[in-house]
Order: sequence, then structure tokens, then C-alpha cells
Amino acid sequence: MDDFEPTIIAFVCNWCTYTAADLAGTSRLTYPTNVRLIRVMCTGMVDPKYIIKAFLEGADAVLVSGCHPGDCHYINGNYKARRRMKLLKAILPRYGFAEQRLKLTWIGASDGIQFARTIREMVEEIKELGPNEARNAAVV
Amino acid sequence: MAKTALYDIGDKNLQGSLASFLQSLLADDNIGAVMVPMRQHGNDTVMQTLVTDPEQLAAADPFSPAFPMNAAKLVSRLTKRSPGETVAVVMRPCEIRAHIELVKLKQGQMDDIVIIGIDCPGALQNNDFRKFAGEDPEGATDRFLAAALDGKTQFDEAVELPPACRICTHPVPEGADIGIGIFGMDTKRQFLLSAGTEKGEGVLDRLGLNVQEPPDGREDAVASLVSAREASRDEVYAAVHEKTDTPEKLAEYLSGCINCYNCRVACPVCYCRECVFVTDVFDHDPFQYLRWAKRRGKIRMPTDTVFYHLTRMAHMTTACVGCGQCSNACPNDIPLAELFAMTASHTQTAFDYEAGRSLEEEPPLAVFREEEFAEVVEIKH
Repeated sequence: MDDFEPTIIAFVCNWCTYTAADLAGTSRLTYPTNVRLIRVMCTGMVDPKYIIKAFLEGADAVLVSGCHPGDCHYINGNYKARRRMKLLKAILPRYGFAEQRLKLTWIGASDGIQFARTIREMVEEIKELGPNEARNAAVV
Repeated sequence: MAKTALYDIGDKNLQGSLASFLQSLLADDNIGAVMVPMRQHGNDTVMQTLVTDPEQLAAADPFSPAFPMNAAKLVSRLTKRSPGETVAVVMRPCEIRAHIELVKLKQGQMDDIVIIGIDCPGALQNNDFRKFAGEDPEGATDRFLAAALDGKTQFDEAVELPPACRICTHPVPEGADIGIGIFGMDTKRQFLLSAGTEKGEGVLDRLGLNVQEPPDGREDAVASLVSAREASRDEVYAAVHEKTDTPEKLAEYLSGCINCYNCRVACPVCYCRECVFVTDVFDHDPFQYLRWAKRRGKIRMPTDTVFYHLTRMAHMTTACVGCGQCSNACPNDIPLAELFAMTASHTQTAFDYEAGRSLEEEPPLAVFREEEFAEVVEIKH
């Protein structure tokens, strides 16, 4: 599996994790290019179906990342996101989407270093785990 | 403790005395109408019917094994605003539990109804019911009850209780104002009326029935039925899990799906007026299909099938009561009820929630707490 390059879809909130990713870039920190960032205004707007669709389209992992508890720009969107992740973690692993493929993190706007590290670690972990089965199976 | 009374059947049969009981409800000044499953047109169709004329209740057939739809959808229609009078509604346990979920989702209320719940030995899918009723639709209920109360799940040659009912661990109408009990009863002589709420007690009081304890055998009869159901539930869940534990196997399990969305229409707790799957979001541009096909060399048409079912699981399984109407409505006999019930058992456990258990427990996706579910967050500092 040495040549396996995972695709990671990351839903990042405008106010914290996207800003952290931006900071990582302007600080010239490097992290693997396996991640595709999707900027959303808040993790509270990440509908479970975005995540399901990402997996069915062959994403090897999905990251949802927003502001730390108490820091949400919209007061409580990240708490709602956390409930939805709890829900999806009760559903998706039952159908063979390994739980490690779905991650929720809080990365604040000043955490550029943390952002780069999170992506590096996640890419390593998913390389170890191997590709999402739905990647090649025509599951729609 | 719930107030209970025994209703003597006398020289009538069970159905006849149930009709008299419902007539006595309609005679109560506080009750304006009764909604109850009734035989229609003298044929084998049984549908919920809203009755105001006591004489019409002769055709009431609350224990018929017909289960064409989950009545919670109808009760929600009757109670989205006050109907002006109290309606007594006769419901199966899964219908009551679905209505409780709908009330919590603001799709109905409890104020203007008296829920008459029935002990439910199960019900047949539409096609099976027609086969079972055959030439003798009038006698279908008696034939069904005789076998089902004897613990049978297999009836005439090809007619079996559907999986949703075989794995249902809620055969007794919890949450009803008044329960009609037949488990562990000599249904040739009497049935049990038990008040589960103050409202129900008030109605029983006004009917002037003597308080009597249920017979000794009842508790055991219910317990042994529930434990048999639990055993088959565990077996069924294990079998479904084995058939769906990879994305590819799940796709195979759902391969007959034609995106008709009947399961969603039949589902009592899928209450959205417009489902996202019928909106423009899924009205893809033709070039999109070709692009998808090119990426993997092929694409199943219609598309978005596994996507639809997984999304529906995320949307409604925390409220799923396991009534089995999704399977009943499927034109291609996909065993959806077991799949959704299994998923529901996991999502409801995750939130320590049980659909239909109480009006006080908040729907899991409608609330949040500041301190909870730390285990789903990867970096916590």
C-alpha cells in the first residue's frame, strides 16, 4: 500500500479552523496535500448528508473541524456538530466505514501548528488503514 | 398503580363486545368521536375510520391483523390544531410511540385525544393480509388471534408475521390512556381495560366499571412473549449486520431500490413536508451522470440510493419505533424494517434515548449540552 494516497475531505469553519489553515500557510508550515478543504461558515451547518456523500464519492476520511467549545462565532454551532458526529459514528461504522475515517476536532484561529499536525497525523493514520472500500465499488 | 377493570364479553364475541365498549365511549359527553380500524365496504379492506354515529361501530375491528398504515400519521392530522372535541383513538403500541415522537417534533398534540391502546400480537403486511383474509374476511381477526395468542408467527401456508412484528419488544400499549388487554386473558369471556393516565382513569370512572385486578397469568404471558421477541430480535439484527457490514454489501442489500421513496412516505416519523431527496438538489444535470459513470466505469441508475437510505437513517432513526411500514410499502420487498430498526437501536443507544418512551425525553438532535460526548472529539485541549 506504499503508493496509496488517501483523499481527505475537511469541512472547516470560517472563523477558527479555516483561519488556522490560512495561518499554517502564511507561516510556511507544510502539511500533506491529501486534504481538500471545504470552508463552511460554521461546523453547525455541516449536514450529515455532506459527510455521507463524501464517503460514497470515495473519500478515505472526513474531518470536521471548528472552534473550541465556548468560542463558536454563532454561540453553539459546534455543539450541534458534535451531536451529529455522535449520530454518524453510531451509523457509518456499522456499514463498513471505519470509525477512524470520521474525525471531529476543535482547532482555533491561532492554532496553525495544530492544524498542520492534525492533517499530517490523519494522513499517516489513513495510509495505515488503507482505502475506503466505497472508493472503487460503485456504491451510490 | 394503574386502575384496571375486566370487561365481560357475555354472550357476544370479542369483536362485538369491543364495539359495545367503543359505543359506550362515544356516549361519554366528553368524547366527540372514535377513530378505530374498521372493515370497509364488507370486503377485506380495514382502515382507520373516524366515527360519530354509534351504530357504525358494529364494523369496528381493532384487532384485525391488517395494518395498512401507521395511524400516528392520521392522529397527527387530527391534532395539529385542536379539533374542538376530544377524539378517542384506537392505536397499536407502535402507533402510540410514533405519535409520542411526532408530538415532541411539534407535529401533533395529546390534549384532545384519549388514546385507547391495544395489546398487539403483531400485524400482517398488506399482501399477506389479503392472502390470509381470503374468502373469509369477516372471520380473519378471530382466526388470526386464535393462532397469534397461541404464540404462532406462521399462519396459513405462506403467511408469516413480518420481521418488524416478530422482533417487536413493545407488544403492550405503554403510553396509552386506556389499554385493551388480551394477552393472558380468556378472550372468550373477558378483556382487560387498564388506565395508564389520569385522563384514562377519568374515562373508566365515568363508564362505571368495577375495579378488578388482571388475572394471574397475564404478567407471565407478556413476559414470555417479550423474551421470545427479544431472542428473535437479536437473531435478526445479527443476520442483517452480517449482510450489510461493508458498503458493497449494503449496496447489494438495497439493490432493488428504485428511489420511489414509498418507505419515507409510509414512515410515521418522517414528517418533512418536502424531503430533500425530491428537491432540485437531486435533479442532477445530465452531464453529471456521465461524469460519475466515467470515474468508475459504471454507475447504477437510479443514482443516490445508498445515499438516500443512509441519510434517512441519520434523519429519522433516533425517532424510529420499528413499526415496519417501510417494508410494507416497499414495492420490491427490500427488508427495510430490520435494517432501520437495527440502526435505530444503535443511534438511540448512543443518546441513551428510546423513541416513544416518554414525552419528557428530548429528541436527541433537537438539543445539546455544553459538556457531553467528549469521546467523539479528537483533540480536546
